[in-house]
Formats: sequence, C-alpha cells, structure tokens
Amino acid sequence: MIAINYAQLLRLAMPEVIVVATALIVMATDLLVLRRCKTAVRFSVAAVLGSLGCAAAIVRLLLAPETANILDGMLIANPLTHLLQIALLVLSVFTLLLSINSKFTEHVGEFVLLILVATAGMLFLVATQDLLVIFISLELLSLSLYILAAFNKRSAQSWEAALKYYLFGGMSAAFLLFGFSLLYGLSNSTSLSHIAAAIHGPALNPLLVIAIGTTAIGLGFKVAAVPFHFWAPDVYQCASAPSAAFIASGSKVASFFLFFQLMALGFVGAEGSAAWSHLVRGWVPVLALMATASMLLGNLVAIRQTSLRRLLAYSAIAHAGYMLLAVLAHTQQSLAALLYYVITYALATLGAFAVIAVVEDQKGGDDLSNFDGLSRQSPVLSFCLAIFILSLAGIPPLAGFFAKFYLFVAVLNSASGSMGLLWLVVLAIAMSAVSLYYYLRVLKRVYVAPLPADANKFNSPVLSQVLLLLLAASVILFGCAPQLMLRWIETAIRASGL
Amino acid sequence: MLAWTIYISFLGAAGLLLLPRGSVAAARLLALLTAVAGFGITLAYFLHHQTGEMLTITRMPWVPSLGIEYHLAADGISLTLLLLTGIIAITGILFSWDIIERTKEFFVFYLLLIAAVYGVFLSYDLFLLFVFYEIVIIPKYFLIAIWGSTRREYGAMKLALYSFVGSAMVLIGLIAAYVVAGAKSTSLSELAQFPFSLHFQMLAFPLVFVGFAILAGLWPFHTWAPTGHVAAPTAASMLLAGVVMKLGAYGCLRVAMTLFPLGLGPWGFHVLALGSWRDVFALLAVIGIIYGALVALVQKDFKFVIGYSSVSHMGFILLGLMTLNQIGLTGAVMQMYSHGILAGLMFAVVGRMVYARTHTRELAILGPMNLYKIIPFAAVTFILAGMASMGLPGFSGFWAELMILVGVWRSYPTFALCVGFGLVIGVIYIWCAMQKAFFAEPGAVSVPLNPPLPPISFPERLGAIILICASVLVGIYPQVLRNVIVPALNSPLFEGLRRGSWQ
Repeated sequence: MIAINYAQLLRLAMPEVIVVATALIVMATDLLVLRRCKTAVRFSVAAVLGSLGCAAAIVRLLLAPETANILDGMLIANPLTHLLQIALLVLSVFTLLLSINSKFTEHVGEFVLLILVATAGMLFLVATQDLLVIFISLELLSLSLYILAAFNKRSAQSWEAALKYYLFGGMSAAFLLFGFSLLYGLSNSTSLSHIAAAIHGPALNPLLVIAIGTTAIGLGFKVAAVPFHFWAPDVYQCASAPSAAFIASGSKVASFFLFFQLMALGFVGAEGSAAWSHLVRGWVPVLALMATASMLLGNLVAIRQTSLRRLLAYSAIAHAGYMLLAVLAHTQQSLAALLYYVITYALATLGAFAVIAVVEDQKGGDDLSNFDGLSRQSPVLSFCLAIFILSLAGIPPLAGFFAKFYLFVAVLNSASGSMGLLWLVVLAIAMSAVSLYYYLRVLKRVYVAPLPADANKFNSPVLSQVLLLLLAASVILFGCAPQLMLRWIETAIRASGL
Repeated sequence: MLAWTIYISFLGAAGLLLLPRGSVAAARLLALLTAVAGFGITLAYFLHHQTGEMLTITRMPWVPSLGIEYHLAADGISLTLLLLTGIIAITGILFSWDIIERTKEFFVFYLLLIAAVYGVFLSYDLFLLFVFYEIVIIPKYFLIAIWGSTRREYGAMKLALYSFVGSAMVLIGLIAAYVVAGAKSTSLSELAQFPFSLHFQMLAFPLVFVGFAILAGLWPFHTWAPTGHVAAPTAASMLLAGVVMKLGAYGCLRVAMTLFPLGLGPWGFHVLALGSWRDVFALLAVIGIIYGALVALVQKDFKFVIGYSSVSHMGFILLGLMTLNQIGLTGAVMQMYSHGILAGLMFAVVGRMVYARTHTRELAILGPMNLYKIIPFAAVTFILAGMASMGLPGFSGFWAELMILVGVWRSYPTFALCVGFGLVIGVIYIWCAMQKAFFAEPGAVSVPLNPPLPPISFPERLGAIILICASVLVGIYPQVLRNVIVPALNSPLFEGLRRGSWQ
C-alpha cells in the first residue's frame, strides 16, 4: 500500500479546488443575494465572479508552479499541464465574459456553475495519465456540456440537439469504457505507462485491436471526427451561443490533448504506419482514416451550409481532421504543433461565436442572410469576424496560417525523411483550398452584399466589442509573432518529457 | 530603408481606417501620398544602388526554432518590379479618383494589396515570401467583388480560388523541400544550395512552377485572368494585370527555377517530342501567346480584348524564362516591367476613360459614338499604348520582346517562328480594337450623345502621361533596367540554373 500525502494532493489540485469553490460561491450569491435583481445584473455579477475565480486559479498556476507525479500518473503537474490549464482557464474566462449580454435563461447561477465545473473537469483531464481519472474527469466535463447544450430551455431544437448529444455521448462513453476495461485486462494497470509496457510486442493482440478501435470511437466522438460527428452540427446550431462557443473551443483543447496523450503514451508499440503503400496495422492507420474522412466530409458539406453556426460546425469537423494528423504523427514537434493549432483555433472559434451571439441578438438568427451588409452597420464587429474567419481559413499573417504550416511541417517531419505521410498533407492542403470558398462566402455577405433596405439600427454592446478586439488582436499577434506562444509550448514539452 | 515601402503602405492603410466616415477627398489624398512615398523610396534606392546585386535590407530571426527569418533583400530583378509596383500604385490611385462609394475601404484594400506586393518582391525568406504572396489574395477579392462590374462576384471568387489553389501547390512544394532539406532554414539561398535529388526536383519543380504560373496566366490555367480583369474596377485591373500577374512570373523565376534547377533538365525520354518540363512549359507559353492573341481578335467586349492580350503577353514572359539563356531571361524581366506598365495603361483607357463615361464596353456600340472626336486624349493614349504593346521601337515592349525573341531563337528556333506569328496577330487585334472602339465607319452618321461625355480629367491625364513616360524612357534607354537585371541574373543565387542547363 502506498501512502498518499493528502496535503500534497490538495496543493496540486489547488487550481481545480479554486474553480469549484468559485462555482459554489457564484451559485450561492446568485440564489441568495441577487434573487430579485434583473437578469443582466445577475449575469454580470456571476460572470465577473466566475472570471475572478478562474483568474485566481491562473495566478496560482503562475506563481506556484510545482512539478509532481503522484501514483504513476494519477495526478500530474508539470510545465505542460500548467500551460494547458492556463489556456483552458483563459478560454473559460472569455466564455464567461462573453455570456454577460445573453438573455436566454434566468438560471444564471446554474449556468455559470456548469461552465466552471466543466472547466474543473478539463483541468483534471489534462493533468492525469491514468485511465480511471481520465474517465471520471471526461464524464464530469461531458455531463456538464450536455446540460449546457440543453440550457436554452425555451427552444425545442436546443432540447433535441442536447438529447442527440447526450445519447451519442453516452454511447461513446460506453465504448471508451469498454476499451479501457480491455486495456486494464491486458495490462493489469490503469496507468498509461504500465499499459504501454504491457502491450508492447511484435504482433498485435486481437483484444488490443478492439481496444484501439473502441478508444478511437470514444475520443473521435469528443473531437467530432467523422464518422462520429453527427452531434456537432445540431449542437453548434441550437445550443445557446456561449454554450456552443465553450463546446467548440475549450473542450476541443482538452479533448485533443487527451487524444494525443492516450494514443502516444498508452499505445506505444501499437502504432502501425499510415505511410502510402506501406500501411501497417495499428492505431495510426485508424486515425489516418478518420482524419481523411473528416477533412473530406467537413469541407465539402460546409460548402452547402446556409447557417453560419452549421458552417462553423462542419469547418470544425474539417479542422478536427487536420489536427488528427498531428496526433497520428505523435512526435514532440507534432504535439507542439497540435497545441499551437488547437489553442489558436479555439481563440478564433470563440470569437466567431461571440460575433454570432451579437448578430443573433440584434437580427434574430444566424442565417447567412442576416450578415448582409454587416460591415456598414458595425465595422468593428465585421473586422473581427473577418479576422477570425480568415484565420480559420489559414490566411497569413493570422495565427491559423502559421498553425497549419507548422502542423504540416511536423507531420511530414515525423516520418524522418521518408515522406510517407505526404499524401495526408497534400490532401489537407488541397482541402484547405476548398475551405477558402465557403469562408469567403461568409465574408462576401459581410462586406460585399448590400445592406437590406429594412435594416434596423444595430447596436453592439461595448463589452463584446472590447473582448472581440482582444481576441482578434491575439489572433493577429500569434500569427505575426508565433514565437511568443511557440517558445512557451516547446519549453514546456521538453521539460515534461512527453 | 527599402523595407519602408511595405511599412508605409500598411501604415497608410491603417491611417485610412482612422479617418472619419465619409471623408472622400482626405482618403484619396492620403492614399496617393502613401503610394508616392513608396515609389519615392524605391526610386531613391534604385538611383543609389545601380549594381543590381542582392543586398540584404533587414534580417532578424522570426521563428528561430523552425529557422524562419524575417529577411528582406533586393536585387536588380526585385528593384525593377518594385519600380513597376510604385508606378502602377500611383497611377492606379489617379485613375480611381472618381470612386465615391465606400472610398475609404477601397483605398484600405488597395494599400494592403500594394504592401503585400512590395513584400513579395522584397522577401528573401521563402516562408516570408509565401506569407506576403497569400495576403495578396484577400484584398484582391474584395476590390473586385465590391467595386467591380460585369459578373463581379463570380470573377472575384474564381480569381481567389485559382490563386489559392496555386498557392496551395506552392505550399506543398515548399514544405516538402523544407523538410527534405532537414527543416533547418527557409532561407532561399540555403534551400537553393541544398542538393535535392534529381527525382525530387523532377516532381517538385512542375508543382511549384505551375503553382506560381497559374497567377502568371499560363495556358490552360489562365481562365481566371480575362474574367477577373473584366470584372475588376479600373485600378484593380491595373494592379491585377500590371503587378499581380508579375508576382506569379517572379515566383516562377525566383523560387521554382532557383530551388529546383535540375527539374528543368531532360527526362531522358520523349513524349510527343517533348523531352523535359522545360519543353512542356515553353510549349504551353507559346500556345498561350497565340491562343490569347487569337481570342482577343474575336472579342466584342473592349475589356476582354485587353484581358486576353494580357494572357498573350504573359506567355512571352514565361517563354522567356524557359529559354534559360541570359538574353531571354533578361528579356523576360524587361517584359514583366513593360507589360505591367502597358497593361495598366490600356486598362486605364478602357475602364476609366471609356467605360466610366459611356457605360458600355461593347465595341459595336462604341464605334458609332466616334469617340476619337469626343475624347481624343483617350484615343491617342490608346494608340500609343497599342503601338508600345505591338513592340514598336521607342517603347519598352520593343526591347523586351526583341530580347525574348533572340533568346527563343537560340533555344527553340521553331517556337520563334510561332512567336513571330503571334506578334503579327497582336498587331491585328490592337488595330481592330482601336478602329472599332474609337473611329466610326466612314460615312456613318455619328449619334449625338446625350448628355455629352465629361472631358478627361486632370488626374487621368497625369496618370496616362506617367505611364507613357515610364514606357518610353525604358524604350529609349533600355540600359537603365538591363544594367541591374543582368548582374542579378549572374549572382550566385542562379548558380544552379547556370550550371544545369544554361546556354
């Protein structure tokens, strides 16, 4: 029996503790003190309190960074987990602040609580290498997200989307659990490093093949990769804007890191190969298949969309395809590329959803026709939207371009000179050329289409504008000076030795 | 100092954004001042550095872990094209003096485009070059889609997608080359010195070359050019034909041919009498010259005539590149300059002087108006531009085409005959267009126009005179450009090309 130092455990989990405590404080304040106030006031107080909590957690991570590894990866603290936790907390802060102007619910305390609890789930998720903790924190995150998706109780579609999300999610969780149980059976341990040591062998155990398959299904659902993407368009379209933004940004960051970690650490020795004309059985070809399907389907279906949210959903599927390439390359460099990609992607998506929130509030829908002539009504909003969309399209000098460039370089580089993955990179670049078409269609509405004659006055809230400009500035900054983030990521990866 | 051409243009665009809504005159003036400043800087540098060698302007690490540098440098070839950019930028603004709808935004996009073009011509680091090359796409799209005319949204989207597909091909080639070379540096000279295997170069060269050549209007990937030119507003078609198409040709020379010189060598077998990529592209260029000229001959829309003549003239540039001898390559760079100026001038006449007044570009309708009597300045300008583009002595086009012809004669004697044929058709279509557009049939009753056309304004006259002077100056004294281009072509950068199949 190993003695556990509970004081140390508490100290390591301090950021999560702070976040959960804040969640409870927010809930209590909202229900006890602000009961009779207006929704707007309650939202402001709750969101500001929640953001302060997240900020406190960030400060804690920055000021007292510790390095530890408890019980073979049950709880881990190293520069890399700190970096991810800070990124996740920043995304949560933005989500909270952007939700201040929303009017979709009166249950303000519960809404903020759920976002904070989901954040705590993500913080744990990136700080562990143990199947049990992974599963628990993943469920904590997912259950919060299901409720968040359904939170817009006035809309029947929101219910439908959330139910779909929940049913698919439950199923995928079952698959994941099944895979985990097989892994435990094979290795007699829940620690990723032990599992990797146990499954190492010249031939693939048939049980291991099933475990790889079910794990890929479970995680493929989380990152919305084809063919497990069906929930994404509905949830993106029907959930309230802050919830959708949160699902599309923060949870993507955590899920992709988990995906990478699980595959690269847990299945060492079962990689196989996805090189052209040299396919070897393993998890890499499975991911290559999912990535190919995601890039093709996501980009091609996005062309036909008329709602901006659905368009973003399909583009998210396509981006998941690109990011899976980094997972299947599984080198240190590709991890750095993946993190840079997913964080900048999250910033741009969050911003896009914030613009959608304002436009929906003023014009009553996210249909592309609602964006006609937006540049003449609100130049700031349009400028920000253009930055986010062009970053998603991968136009320099925005962050999305460097992210793509770095990712493709890392993927090609992973096969050590043998160009085996070139076909995937070629496909990805070709598909990103396709994607420019539908992204430009959005901007065409904003900048080219004439303003409808019956357009009402358009007021965008000052707070949203400030936050959007901040997000847009960060997208431009990380695009023009990628080294700012890259240096941090690279040092963290090297220090944590993943 | 030269780096400020980029920064000034970006700053000008930012400054325009700060202007209050509806300040049309201020926006125009600010844009013009920015363009003049950019040109002034280039001209000062040009007069100081007459040697034409590659000189570094700015160099600092950008993304050290990937070996990416912010490295700007200029040699004679870049300087020639920078001068062209400066001239076209100024005159483009002069010819957009009448833009009153969303003026501020127009000039913001315009200056962004100019800044990115300066950036491409100055970049020495391939990553940086690619960044600027892609920035060009977006303002180009908006300039056409918002302020354009005939089928503008279609033309703009087609142009954007063609450019993006081209740059995707370039990106694949560049990333592959970068990784094969060990992923240590994206510097042009370091990658050019890396001994890529013959097999790799044979695959990468056509990919990158075609990627750039799409933007240079290589047949059969030229179809974006006529629709794009026709849809674009005057200043944008001037930029498009004058400068943006040159980006493609510049990329072919500076990136594709320097990085993968072996890709130009013989395959070792023959398909349809073609023995190398060089033969293939030379043939495509010749087809482009003749096809463009023939199609221009039968157009009914005045602007389409010029659009297809651009395809034909760009064919000369690509053919000049494929001659791989010094005189042919020098001619190609001279033709980049010459065609930039002349295409700009012709689009200015058609788009601004004629179309903005008559609101039609149909040659059949323009003829009876007898425009020669009403706006003689436009007619004279077009005649001069036409003479220059036919390659009459005294204009820049003469030297450029002569040099290319001599180069082609040395490398591909048969093609030289075809090109001669193309030149003859060139004379015919210019002549026909001129006659149909400006001169009524003898004996035809000229229709009195109601209301009468406004006279040619001062900015238009100034712009036209600048462009004609720019062409005549080089026509009379070609050494001014040749002196900087030849040393640039003899620099170590083109070593691989010289060693390989230089003649």
